[in-house]
Amino acid sequence: MGHLATPPIKTSCEITLENLWQTAEGRKVLTCIQCGTCAGTCPYGEVMDYPPRRIIGMLRAGLLEEVYVSESLLNCVACYACKAKCPRGIDLTGVLLPLVKEQVLLHVPEMPVELQKALENTLRYGNPMGESPRKRAAWAKTAGVPIRVFSEDARTADVLWFVECYNSFYPRGQNISRATAKLFHILGVDFAILGNEEKCAGECGRLSWETGLSNTLMEYNMALLAKYRFHRIVTSSPHAYDAFKYRYPVLGFNYTLEQTVPFLFSYLEHLKPRLKRKLNYRVTYHDSCCLGRHNNYYEEPRELLRAIPGMQLVEMTHNRINTICCGGGGGGMWLDTYYKTKNQERLSERRAREAVATGADVLAVACDYEVSRFEDALKVLGADKKMVVKDVTELLAEALED
Amino acid sequence: MTGAIWVLAEHWKGELSDTTFELLALGRELADGLGVALEAVLAGHEVKRLAAHLGAADRVLCLEHPGLAEPNAEVHANAVAALFRARQPRAVLVPLTNITWDLGGLFASQLSVPFVNSCCGVRVVDGALQGTCLLYGGKMQATTATAEGPAIFGILPGTRQAEKGRVAKSPEVEEMAPAVIPARVRFNKYIEPEAGDVDITQQNVLVAVGRGLQSQGNVEIAEALAAALGGAVSGSRPVIDQGWLPQSRQVGKSGATVKPRLYLALGISGAPEHVEGMRDSELIVAINTDPQAPIFNIAHYGAVQDLLELVPVLTEEVKKRQAARVA
Amino acid sequence: MKIIVVLKMVPDVVEELEVASDGKSLSTDFLRLIVNERDAHALEAALLIKERHGGSVIVVGHEAPEIEEVLFSALAKGADRAIKVTGGAAEMTARGAALLLAKLLPTIPGVLPADLILTGCQALDDLDGQTAPLLACALNLPYLGLVSRIEADPAAQKATVAKEYAGGVHGEFEVPLPAVLGIQGAEKPPRYVPVAKVRAATKSQKLESVAIPAAEESMPTHVEVLQLSKPESTGHAEMLEGTPEELAGKVCEILAGRGLL
Repeated sequence: MGHLATPPIKTSCEITLENLWQTAEGRKVLTCIQCGTCAGTCPYGEVMDYPPRRIIGMLRAGLLEEVYVSESLLNCVACYACKAKCPRGIDLTGVLLPLVKEQVLLHVPEMPVELQKALENTLRYGNPMGESPRKRAAWAKTAGVPIRVFSEDARTADVLWFVECYNSFYPRGQNISRATAKLFHILGVDFAILGNEEKCAGECGRLSWETGLSNTLMEYNMALLAKYRFHRIVTSSPHAYDAFKYRYPVLGFNYTLEQTVPFLFSYLEHLKPRLKRKLNYRVTYHDSCCLGRHNNYYEEPRELLRAIPGMQLVEMTHNRINTICCGGGGGGMWLDTYYKTKNQERLSERRAREAVATGADVLAVACDYEVSRFEDALKVLGADKKMVVKDVTELLAEALED
Repeated sequence: MTGAIWVLAEHWKGELSDTTFELLALGRELADGLGVALEAVLAGHEVKRLAAHLGAADRVLCLEHPGLAEPNAEVHANAVAALFRARQPRAVLVPLTNITWDLGGLFASQLSVPFVNSCCGVRVVDGALQGTCLLYGGKMQATTATAEGPAIFGILPGTRQAEKGRVAKSPEVEEMAPAVIPARVRFNKYIEPEAGDVDITQQNVLVAVGRGLQSQGNVEIAEALAAALGGAVSGSRPVIDQGWLPQSRQVGKSGATVKPRLYLALGISGAPEHVEGMRDSELIVAINTDPQAPIFNIAHYGAVQDLLELVPVLTEEVKKRQAARVA
Repeated sequence: MKIIVVLKMVPDVVEELEVASDGKSLSTDFLRLIVNERDAHALEAALLIKERHGGSVIVVGHEAPEIEEVLFSALAKGADRAIKVTGGAAEMTARGAALLLAKLLPTIPGVLPADLILTGCQALDDLDGQTAPLLACALNLPYLGLVSRIEADPAAQKATVAKEYAGGVHGEFEVPLPAVLGIQGAEKPPRYVPVAKVRAATKSQKLESVAIPAAEESMPTHVEVLQLSKPESTGHAEMLEGTPEELAGKVCEILAGRGLL
């Protein structure tokens, strides 16, 4: 148990293709032995014209510009599988691929419209859905527990809870937020949210090609965070967690940071006695790429689930470091139509099939992208009567004594 | 100065459109309210035979000329403007459809007369005409007035029932051969869509199916209803993903955004990605077995019912009523 | 080819719209403006023509909140000049703006004559007319609206143009140049421009500013708003009950009432 955190890369935002060889991470790229483990591990490896190995090859040969006009990188869902398995420990997902993707955005003749819209919406409204920012905290009104908003009450809080977009605007995400709020409340956590002032943390921008967008959001959020006083930031979104942990330090971010799952895990001794309701579910837990593979939080969610009476945990074939991405990262959230036109099976369907094969009733998740993706996938597979998707916090909240 | 209320009759490919009759119904109310005549302006080539259907009007001013055969807005606007100057009507109701879109704007500009755009209604108030305009995508309506003198109103489809504008009376028909200016813009031809290639964003009626359709074999149930209503079948994402309908029929975030007059959401849960593509539909009727389906939050009417049971019955009822109307 | 694109800012309806205290206009408390969607398509159509035939694209817009970003974004996408028109009444309607622009364009060096003037065929706030036909009439240029495809033939000084009708039908027209076209859609959706590129344009390029002469500043309004209000809204569907036969009957009544049967 416990986790080994990957050392934060403080300079990744400052790495460019021009200065790549002057940075430690950049020089690591040069140590690639062209073994092809990255391509073999990549969930879309078989359809990529330029898996990481080949990108490095092209880079070395001075032919990188050919990669810029290829659609190959539209298949990268930023799942960290290649980085996790690279025998040289090259940070492919965090350093190399975003740099190339940025150039692809500038050079590829036609960009999938859905992705374009998501990026435009995020810039304009602070969320990819294109919803009015004034509706971002509407979910809090029906949370059933008091939720403080910093702009209305600026007293110091112990926790600034960064809710993020999907957990604010999507009905399923809103359920997760309400469940989380309930848990915070019964644990006596002193928290407040940014409410309508909150904007996307920008991870989808960085790993989805758009440094300019990401930088704009980072600048905004840093200024916003500076307005209020709190001891730590807890975020529901593993993607926001990644953004704050690995990108924001370049702008001076040094707040104490936690994701909801390990945060709740740290309260397990207080939480366990309150989990009185028996939930007789057979549950299989899907390791999210950001929370799991990238940040090594594998056992915490499982311990939380085991603490619920009546829960039976079964593992999918690919678990922990071997998890198969739901396909939402790297812009994948908005590329499903694109994959469909290429007759590529969506990763969420591939993974959902594995989940169904375990015979479990519940697919437990911990990442804001996953709920809608897996629910859709189960519908397509015709398995939505057999299995439901629930966030870890939803299950915990369900098990609370009333 | 006749001071009459004019309705610009819209016809396309030899047929008068429903909008024409909607405008006649509206025009009749206004003419009666002001105590003036209602006149229909029918411009085209070999269109006199259509005049007989315009009985709701007191008189049909028929502008007949080979130069008006083609859908050339500049030429038509010019001819109607000349007639306007000669007859001095009180107001002109111009339809706002793809067919007559250009006409209203040009016509008003040529005459330097106020043009009240995007009207969902016009009323007589203290002897003056007030147009109610739908603005900002239908989110607001503006009640307007114009300075004394004639005005032109661009009327949206659906302000009145076309029924009310169909009167079995023979109107007086005044035929005129207008002077027609040479066209600068030349019409070549119509290009029909490829067979099976339906543009769902252009449909007035969409029968939209979701997961509740249960299998590809049931698509024909939806198609029968769509055919009866004069519309097309569209689908939500899971349906397209499973290949039950082609991509071109997809409504929602990754598909098309549609604003039909009628959107029948059948077995569609109403997920945000779908709703964002159809929430501005004028009339949304949702059928779903789940009373909690989010679609009911944005639909105007709903029923908790299995679409497989309801749709065939609905199709029959629609056909029955249409047959009764024609008879 | 020289193409002029006329852009305007309209209320962003993603935000809730409220009526101001005067009861006749929009409250500006939370109002945001966005470029008219059809105008964005017009810009894309212009850029596509420039890519195919060479030439230049000049973007023009009346001063309004957030228009500077739109103009810089147009430059970042490939427009050659961006002109901001200043002055004029704050509440200028489509008609007033179009007529002013028609008077102003000939006075700006290097703008007219142009081969094409493109603008959106409609906008959310078109109360008293549509920009495209108004401009065309004022400039005495040929005009066609609802255009979704333009094949320019600069040598022959004409363009073959597709206009949209209902049900997927298109009309093919031949338009002599110069002309004004009201754009329904470009052949491709408006292209994406990375934020970094817009920022770069903001630093390295300049917007031209042209003032409306004082004498022209006040335009008579032909259409007066007496009252602005929200149309009746629906919160939840009115639920219908009954057997399938009864429901079919009720649904048909509703459809008939809306002129759909």
